[in-house]
Amino acid sequence: MPEATRKIRVQCEINGRIVSLEAHPMSRLLDVLREEAGLTGTKEGCGEGECGACSIEMDGALVNSCLVPLLQADGAKIRTIEGVADFAKLSAVQQAFLTHGGAQCGICTPGMILAALNLLSRNGHPTDSEIREGLSGNLCRCTGYTKIVESVVAACRSLRPGS
Amino acid sequence: MEHRQIGKSVPRKEGREKVTGSARYVDDLTFPEMIHGVTVRSGVARGKILSIRFDEGIPWDEFAIVTAKDIPGKNCVALLIEDQPCLADQFVNHPEEAIVLLAHPDKYLLEAARRAVHVEIEPLPAVFTIEDSLSQKHAIWGGDNIFKAYHVEKGDIDSAWAVAEFVVEGDYETGAQEQLYIEPQGMIARANPADGVTVWGSLQCPYYVHKALVRLFGLPKEKIRVVQTETGGGFGGKEEYPSMIASHAALLAWKCGKPVKMIYDRAEDMAATTKRHPSRTRIRTGHTRDGRFVAMEIDFTLDGGAYETLSPVVLSRGTIHAAGPYTCPNVRIRSRVVATNLPPHGAFRGFGAPQSVFALERHLDRVAAAVGLTPEELRRRNFIQQGETLAVGQVVHERIEMGKLLDRALQLSGYHEKRKRFAEGNSHGPIKRGIGFASFLHGAGFTGSGEEYLASEALVSATRDGRVRILAGSTEMGQGTNTVFAQIAAEALGLECEQIEILQPDTSLVPNSGPTVASRTTMIVGKLVENAALAINKSLLDAGFLKPGCGAKDFADACQQYIDKFGALQSLVKYQHPRDLHWDDGKYQGDAYGAYAWAVYVAEVSVDTRTAEVHVEDFVAVQEVGKVINPILAAGQIEGGVAQGIGFALYENVVWQEGRMSNGQMTNYIMPTSMDVPPIRVFFEELPYARGPAGAKGIGELPLDGTAPAIANAIAHATGADVRQIPITPEKLMEMLESVHA
Repeated sequence: MPEATRKIRVQCEINGRIVSLEAHPMSRLLDVLREEAGLTGTKEGCGEGECGACSIEMDGALVNSCLVPLLQADGAKIRTIEGVADFAKLSAVQQAFLTHGGAQCGICTPGMILAALNLLSRNGHPTDSEIREGLSGNLCRCTGYTKIVESVVAACRSLRPGS
Repeated sequence: MEHRQIGKSVPRKEGREKVTGSARYVDDLTFPEMIHGVTVRSGVARGKILSIRFDEGIPWDEFAIVTAKDIPGKNCVALLIEDQPCLADQFVNHPEEAIVLLAHPDKYLLEAARRAVHVEIEPLPAVFTIEDSLSQKHAIWGGDNIFKAYHVEKGDIDSAWAVAEFVVEGDYETGAQEQLYIEPQGMIARANPADGVTVWGSLQCPYYVHKALVRLFGLPKEKIRVVQTETGGGFGGKEEYPSMIASHAALLAWKCGKPVKMIYDRAEDMAATTKRHPSRTRIRTGHTRDGRFVAMEIDFTLDGGAYETLSPVVLSRGTIHAAGPYTCPNVRIRSRVVATNLPPHGAFRGFGAPQSVFALERHLDRVAAAVGLTPEELRRRNFIQQGETLAVGQVVHERIEMGKLLDRALQLSGYHEKRKRFAEGNSHGPIKRGIGFASFLHGAGFTGSGEEYLASEALVSATRDGRVRILAGSTEMGQGTNTVFAQIAAEALGLECEQIEILQPDTSLVPNSGPTVASRTTMIVGKLVENAALAINKSLLDAGFLKPGCGAKDFADACQQYIDKFGALQSLVKYQHPRDLHWDDGKYQGDAYGAYAWAVYVAEVSVDTRTAEVHVEDFVAVQEVGKVINPILAAGQIEGGVAQGIGFALYENVVWQEGRMSNGQMTNYIMPTSMDVPPIRVFFEELPYARGPAGAKGIGELPLDGTAPAIANAIAHATGADVRQIPITPEKLMEMLESVHA
């Protein structure tokens, strides 16, 4: 078998747990997360980095996991949607999406929530236009984005009462 | 009446699963021994299949291979008629026609194998445009290339032209549009002669898929089971095509004896599945000196693609909506849907109406200019009033408040002030601003006698511990079915939404509630749910186990007593067509819809005349939709529909090459991002509809109708460009701007 098709083993931290994953080096991180790690909350919408449905956090940066070869994830710290809630307690962003209609069909929601969290980690007080810009790599076909923006605004408020 | 559940923004029933990523969509499911399936397509628009060749170098004996000869029953995707094959046999009629199916455990090898199958096709002359189809140069369907035609006639139009002071004519076109649900289509099938066929998948209409599989396998109905998995958006795109994918997955599973999963990637989904019908509309209207309609002649044509599918029904809705919310004594509408060698066009939110409404609303701004009235005054003089008759002969008995909706929409958008201010500001600088609007109606439920034929059912049952279950074939795909049904049942029973459970649509368990389409789920099926819930309440009251006004605990006690004494506590309710609604299929006349939603949408745009880019700066959507059951969900429906309408108007351009979509990627087929859509401002007027659950009407499709013409009218206002076609891409707008300045 040629070298490139031999499986490799990488170790990374996913949602706070050290995980060892085995797959072809050029496997998409998206597939490895879904099929090897069983984390199906990360979705595939387009497979070419346009829609953001497969967004995850990798070493603090928001990435499209469909564009990341497994090789690149070795030693990385990864957060997927499954790592957002604190067991039964939803994060403020998840709760806001639920209360304010930020999720409809739900397929873009995991990526959208990670994009929102990533934005808020960089900018705790985003304006509406900063929110729109921060989420512009994540496509939603259901909501028209109005309630997504409102959800993020509401999450900011609940995270920082009085602001 | 005081409502406890209705009118409240109860959180989405399945929302927690969606925000935590634990909701299970079809691609999230696996079965023991499951393998994967792919499709080999024609690649040629029209031709005769000569041979199928399998390259060497692929271990073909490891593959399940299916062609038309493996079909146990009839080779068709049963819908209205049975003209579309499940797998092309001798001829192909569009480039995405499925011919060979392959299944294997290894997805990568499967892809290599798909490329190693060669179908030799002798090309035949093909037809790609409405014009070429109508010219009948090549007969590609039924001798005349026409799937269906309608003719609406009201008054005496031929004599009416003589009294018209103004006559305005125009041609208008709309392009194909991809639904672009973010979850691509997919199915998993398990099939064998002993157990029959079961499919799980992303779909809108479980009983459509069921019907198709019954015909394809020639099995008794009870041997076919269709289960809807969590569905990541549909918008009409998962109305017909899931029957095709389910058929393919099931044939492969039948052949190899293992569960088979078929998930389309985005490119295949965009290329092969249905899109909105492209349209061409010619309008000629005659008006009195003061702008009133005296004659309206509309010629409306849709491109149906290669097979009939649902095109006659799409055409019907487009035809009825073509005359808008106006009254005109003399009307003639001729419409037809024609065959081309494109993949079949199909259902997409609005279902024919966005095409004909675009034409009329753009036309009326041109009429206003010709008559010398403002666009709002022209419409105000022609709005249909309660008791007047629509073009198809339906007397509108409900209260209509189009004038009030118009006033409110213009006031909320600052229309008059902006109209004036922009006219002044636009005289200098490269950025031109404009504001425009559209007035429209949208009928809820199936057209004409459709609901009568569907005869939908819904079942509500209660358990001994007072839990209530709703069993309906209606699907949740993001629009809020689960939540709205729970609210309706909880209200009727005096319970909380948490006590209501919605069963996952599974044809082995739920009755046929008809398809989840046509803005019918809340209004039609929701009413069945309400009646079934009320019947349960009545059973408990009549049996003396429950007293009026009791709480949840008493309800549970009453259920226990009832079930212990009488057995099951459930109510199956079947749709009864109102006796005073009449539709004549032969004459194509009568009460087209039980109820209409009415709306006025206002768009504000800026146009950069250097780049011809358009940005929507503000959007106000005012509509009368009966009682709003869940304000957040309802507003979400409108906002999402408006965003799709913005895409339809400005960005979403399907590029065809020999019948194939050549920009089938999200990188080159552009849908709106959060940066392209303004905050959409939604306002409801609520005139409760006596026959809707708690007074509700349907709203799902409404926002697609008025968005594009409002934007087109705003662009015309900003630039003077005579917009006749959408999408208004920068390339097209630049040409229009050049002709303005020429």
